[in-house]
Order: sequence, then C-alpha cells, then structure tokens
Amino acid sequence: MNIIYFLLPLALLLGGMFVAFFIWATKSGQYDDLETPAQRILFDDDRNIK
Amino acid sequence: MSTDSTNTGHLEEFSYNDRITKWFVGATMLWGCVALLLGVIIAFQLAYWKFNLGLEWTTFGRLRPLHTNAAIFAFIGNAIFAGIYYSTERLCKTRMFSDTLGWLHFWGWQLIIVAAAISLPLGLTTGKEYAELEWPIDISIAVIWVIFAINFFGTLVKRREKHIYVALWFYIATILTVAVLHIVNSISLPVSLMKSYPIYAGVQDALVQWWYGHNAVAFFLTTPFLGLMYYFIPKAAKRPVYSYRLSIIHFWSLVFIYIWAGPHHLLYSSVPDWVQTVGMTFSIILWMPSWGGMINGLLTLRGVWDKVRTEPVLKFMATAVTFYGMATFEGPLLSIKSVNYLGHFTDWIVGHVHAGTIGWNYMMTAGMLYFLVPKLWKTHLFSKKLANLQFWTATIGLVLYMMSMWAAGITQGLMWRAVDASGRLVYPNFIETVVKIVPMYWVRAFGGVLVLLGFFIMVYNLVKTIQFANKNNKDQAEDVYAAPPLSAAKEEHGASAHRKLEGLPMLFSVLTLLAVLVGGIVEIAPSLLSDKFVEKAPHIKPYTGLELAGRDIYIKEGCYVCHSQQVRPTPSEKLRYGDPSTAAESVYDHPFQWGSRRIGPDLARVGGKYNDMWHFRHMINPRDVTPKSIMPNYGWLTKNKTNFKVIQKKLKVMKALGVPYTDEQIANAFNDAQMQAEKITKGLTEHGVPMKMQSKEIIPLIAYLQRLGMDSANAKKAIEEGQE
Ligand code: HEC
Repeated sequence: MNIIYFLLPLALLLGGMFVAFFIWATKSGQYDDLETPAQRILFDDDRNIK
Repeated sequence: MSTDSTNTGHLEEFSYNDRITKWFVGATMLWGCVALLLGVIIAFQLAYWKFNLGLEWTTFGRLRPLHTNAAIFAFIGNAIFAGIYYSTERLCKTRMFSDTLGWLHFWGWQLIIVAAAISLPLGLTTGKEYAELEWPIDISIAVIWVIFAINFFGTLVKRREKHIYVALWFYIATILTVAVLHIVNSISLPVSLMKSYPIYAGVQDALVQWWYGHNAVAFFLTTPFLGLMYYFIPKAAKRPVYSYRLSIIHFWSLVFIYIWAGPHHLLYSSVPDWVQTVGMTFSIILWMPSWGGMINGLLTLRGVWDKVRTEPVLKFMATAVTFYGMATFEGPLLSIKSVNYLGHFTDWIVGHVHAGTIGWNYMMTAGMLYFLVPKLWKTHLFSKKLANLQFWTATIGLVLYMMSMWAAGITQGLMWRAVDASGRLVYPNFIETVVKIVPMYWVRAFGGVLVLLGFFIMVYNLVKTIQFANKNNKDQAEDVYAAPPLSAAKEEHGASAHRKLEGLPMLFSVLTLLAVLVGGIVEIAPSLLSDKFVEKAPHIKPYTGLELAGRDIYIKEGCYVCHSQQVRPTPSEKLRYGDPSTAAESVYDHPFQWGSRRIGPDLARVGGKYNDMWHFRHMINPRDVTPKSIMPNYGWLTKNKTNFKVIQKKLKVMKALGVPYTDEQIANAFNDAQMQAEKITKGLTEHGVPMKMQSKEIIPLIAYLQRLGMDSANAKKAIEEGQE
C-alpha cells in the first residue's frame, strides 16, 4: 500500500500543475475573450498568398 | 488586436509541414487494417478454438495483447499524431517547431510498432495489460514521446496566435500525462535483454497498473480526441463550437477528475476499501464533464443537421460523439460497486471498451481522415457513396458487437452468481457458463468483420482519392501563408526575445514536472521495495525457482488474458473458488496477475484442485478433460526446453526487488529447480509420461499452477488441525 503515498502526491502534482496552468492562462488574458477564438479558427488556413 | 497588427504592418511568411501529416495519415490507414484484422482473428478464436491454429505464436493469449497494442498505439496513436500536427500548426499559425524532430517522431514510432509486432507473438511480454512491451521498447517509447513533446511545445512557443485554443489544451494534457503514466508504470529491473520484472508487486502493482490503465484510456483515447473534436467539428461544420466557455470548463474539470478514477478497475479486490470508494466516487462525478463535452460537440451541429446526413465527415463525427456519450454513461454506471460486481470479469466490459474504441475513436478517425485527405492532397473525395457504405457497415457491426457483449456479459455474470435455495451454485461447472455464451461470440465476430470491412472500404476510397490527386493535381507544393508575429503588437525591437518569454511558463512547468518525477521515483523506490506486508503474513513464502520459471511461462503465454487470480469477497465466489484473495497473497508477485477477464475460471486457488496428470493432459488438449472447452492447446510446452540456467538470475533480480530469497536458495537455484522438476515428472511417469519430459516447459508451469493458493490453504489446515 506504500504505493498510495507515491500515487497520491503524483496525482496531486499533476493536478497542481494544471492549476498553475489555469492560473497562468487566466492571468495572461487567455480567457478574457471567449467568443472570437471560437470564430477565428474557422478562417485561419485559407490565406494562401502566392 | 487585429488593428494593432495592421499598424505595425509587418507580416511573416510561413508554410505548414503537411508531408509529415500525410505520412501519419498513411500509417493510420495501414495499422488500422492490421489492428482490426487482429481483432477479428481473436474474436473467431473465442468462438471456435481451432482458430488458434495450434501454433505458439498465434494463440489468443499472445495475439490479444498484439491486438490491443496495435489498436491503441499503432492505429489510434498515428491518427492522434496526424490530427495534432495538422491542427496545432494551423491553430498556432506556424510551421512545426522542427521538421527533423517530426520525422524522428514518425519513423521512431513506426519502428516501435514493428518491434511490438515481432516481440508480442514471440511471447516477450511484461504481463501487464496495455503495457506489455518489454523494457528496451518501453525506453524507446519514452524517448520518442519526449521528442514529440519537444516538437509540440516548441511549436506552441513559436506560435503567432496569442490565444491557446481549447484543442491545444487537450493536447497539452495528453502529452504530459501520458509521459508520466508510461514512465511510472514501466519501471522494472531487467533479467535479460527482453525480460524484466516490475519493481512493484501485488496490490501496489495492481494500483499502479490500473492507475496507468485507466488514465491511458483517459489521456490516450479520450483527451486527444476531444481536442480533435473541438478542432475538426467546427471546421467541418463551418461554424464555431456551440459554447466556447463550456469547452473550457469541460477541459479543466476533466483533467482534474479523470486521474482519480483508476481504482474502479479494482472493486471487490484486495485493495483497501477506501481506495475503491474514492475510485467509484470520482468515476461517477466524471459523468458530468463528459456529458458537457458531448452536448457541446453535438450542439455545434445545430442548424447544419442536413449536412450531417450528406457529409461523411460530419456524419462520422456526430456518430462518434454520440457513442462517446454512451460510453461515458456506461463507464460511471459500471463503477457503481453492485453493478461492477455483475459486470466485472465478463464480456460486458469488453463491449464497453469497444463502444469507446470503435464508436468514438474509429468513427472520429474516419471522419478526420475524410476531412484531411482531400484537404492535404488538394482534391475531392473519390466517392461519398462508399463513405456512406462504410458508415453503415461499421455502425451495424458495432451495434452487433455491443449487443452481443452485453448479452454475453450479463448472462455469464448472472450464471456465475446464481445460488439455489439450498445455498449451492446453480452452475458449479464453469464450462456451462462458457458454452452458453459461445453463440454470442459468433455474433461478435461477425460484427467485427463488418467493422473491418468498413475500414477496408474507407482505405480503398482514400487511396483512390490520393491516386486521383497525384495524377491530376500537379501542384502539390506547400502553400504559403502570412501572419503578424505574436509580439509585433507590443514591441517591435527584441520581439523574438519576448516571444521566448511567452513560452517560458510552459517549458518551466514541463521541466519541473520531469525533475520532480525523477526525484520522486529515486526517493520512493526503496520504501516501495520493503513492503510492510511481509511481516504480516509469514505463511506466504516466495515461489521456488521452478515455480517462478513456470510463472514466467504463464506470463509469456498470456494466460492472464483469460484467467483472473483474484477471488472476490462474496458468497458465490467463495462457493466457486474458496476464500477471498488477500493482499498478502500476492506480495511477491512481480508483476501481479489478477487479470481483468474470466474467459476461463479464476486460478487464485487452483493449486491442489487437480493432480499433476490432469494439468498435463489439460494443457496438451483441454478438451481431453473438459469437453467443449475453448482454451487453446499448448502442445509445444511438452517440446520447448526449460531454461534452467536463467533461474538463478531471476531469483537474484527478485531478491533485489525485495523478495526474501536466502543466499543459499540463490546458490542452489539450478539444482533445486532440477530436483523439483524431476519429482513432478516422476509422478507423471506412473501415467506413462516419459522421464525426458522433466526438461520441458510444461513441468515448471504445472509446478506454478499447483502452488497457487497453497500457502494459505496449508496455513488454514495447520490451524484447523491444531484446534482438533
Ligand atoms: C482463450 C482463453 C484461455 C486461455 C488463453 C487460457 N485458458 Fe485456461 N481455461 C480457459 C477456459 C474456458 C477454461 C475452462 C474449461 C477448461 O477446463 O478447459 C480454462 C481452464 C483452465 C484451468 C482449469 C481451472 C479449473 O479450476 O478448472 C487451468 C488450470 C487453466 N485453464 C490454465 C491455463 C493456463 C496455464 C493457460 C496459459 C498457458 C491458460 N489456461 C490459457 C480459457 C483459457
């Protein structure tokens, strides 16, 4: 059962890492605009310029 | 934002590396055929044992791991890579970080698949489900995965689009988590070039294995495909995802909950109750985000349902999302303990898995390929009719598959536990419960054929499309695009330096994770090796050298894909198999062999149930002693020689892993094993077996089978005798 003491922190670590990601994402303005990103992906690859 | 970038007026030109995507698409088609064909073959093997072909390399026990590995890592893996590279480059408006790394990734992965395709039929396996590949291949997987990660995160860092679209988040979670899972679960000590023992044993190995196994489903079969869903469905429907906000919530709730649900594979096992309850609870909570995602995917199609009828891409993807909803409803249901008791070890689980892999992964992949191939080769699909034909064959095939497995699983589950008024088993002979579901195995095999046929139709359709493009469409040069650099808006000078900073948190996190992981393993390993159970159950002794050799044959032949070794603590299991399994009983089992399916009966307490001669005849031809058995013949066990010399090395490695062998046992390993083999063979000679059999593999296997459960049985007998 010792393995629990390894798996639990590991799961928490992974979780914690995602929390950090989440905070970074929110702070850096990733989620300020939740409308245009969904629209924008529809137009990005039709711009062959040559 | 867009006004900012036009102010600076500076645009960078770039192109996408679609060649690598094309190769991954090709590999997906090729390995898809192989994986599904293998699935059909093993389905027929269960319906009729002669399809095992009487050859060592083609029995169910060896081909089933090959099928699962080919389906998950070769077929679905290549599909993921194709989709991730294609969409990531476009979502980031940049070429992939490094073409060289991309090619290394591609060829490295294909080499790994070839190595798996050779080693698994040869019986070179770790005996851990979905992680069967031996240590040199495991190391290669880790290396190639890191290459993929560098290429992916490098691409993110040099992106020209500030916002990280939700699909990319799903890819990030996939790449990081799979790396951790694979490394933690694969740590083992080698005995030889292609044989190793995991450092974990028994309960610990079970927990690590199903923590891995469950999350492999979560982060290899689910999160990457959700990312692909969030990219390809809006693209194909030409409208944004129904609710972007919901997709963000979907992502974050999923990654936080999924990782805890693994123990639902170990309900009613000798894992502590509270661990089981945690697993069950999180599994039920999982239902919510899963359905949020499904609803989001389906509602994206609002207003274009007419296109779902006519466009193969949308038709496949809408169906895939629907099956995703079904599978993620069934999963939490099966995690409820009482439901699990009925469904676990039966074909219900097999049906559930295929609702996911065929319904969700295969259908999504088909939709994605129908989208990608015309785009990449700049042409139109060869035939929509054929695509429709594939859709219907695959869907009908899958429905037959699921229905038959539900019927088989529930039937067998009910038969196992049926107890009559006088408290006796209604079906005491296991074989009765097997014979009953064989018709269902035929239906399943037929459903599988339809799914495979559908795939062949798709490959034909796509190959035709590509051929047409290559002939008529000379312009296959890479398109060139232009976009402002990410940092142009903020500062013109030192822009590149700033862009580097932008990626720092990501890189930093990854490095931290790796560092902590390595540190954690180094620190934790010693404490893992000295498990406290050893003192608690002194009557449990390590296997003898010969038994250990037999155990390795058990693993090599893949007996664990048909047999469990874990008696659950319920009245009907006690009647059928004996006392419930305890944690102490598998404390020396590197790896654990609890299994996940009972195509044959549980073997945890088979020791002493039959005599050696019964096993001898049963292994050569099970139908000799159990008419109508569907177990394969293992005739070669009477011809292949036991490698007595390696036994000493095996004991040494086990000792290093904490199994308390004495120096004397190790010094005499060779002779002790020879003597035990001689003793068993002498007993068999009374029934006409020649003495030269003592050097053959069947002897250690019998020794192992006869040892299973004996330590506890003997201890119990001693106590009872003492009381009298
Ligand atoms: C295709 C699935 C399958 C595989 C693979 C398989 N078995 Fe079996 N096994 C069965 C079935 C079904 C039965 C029940 C009928 C019978 O007795 O043959 C059975 C029965 C047994 C029994 C008798 C158990 C009892 O309590 O009556 C033993 C022992 C056994 N198998 C050992 C093995 C070993 C060892 C291997 C690997 C070399 C193996 N089996 C591989 C399906 C399988």
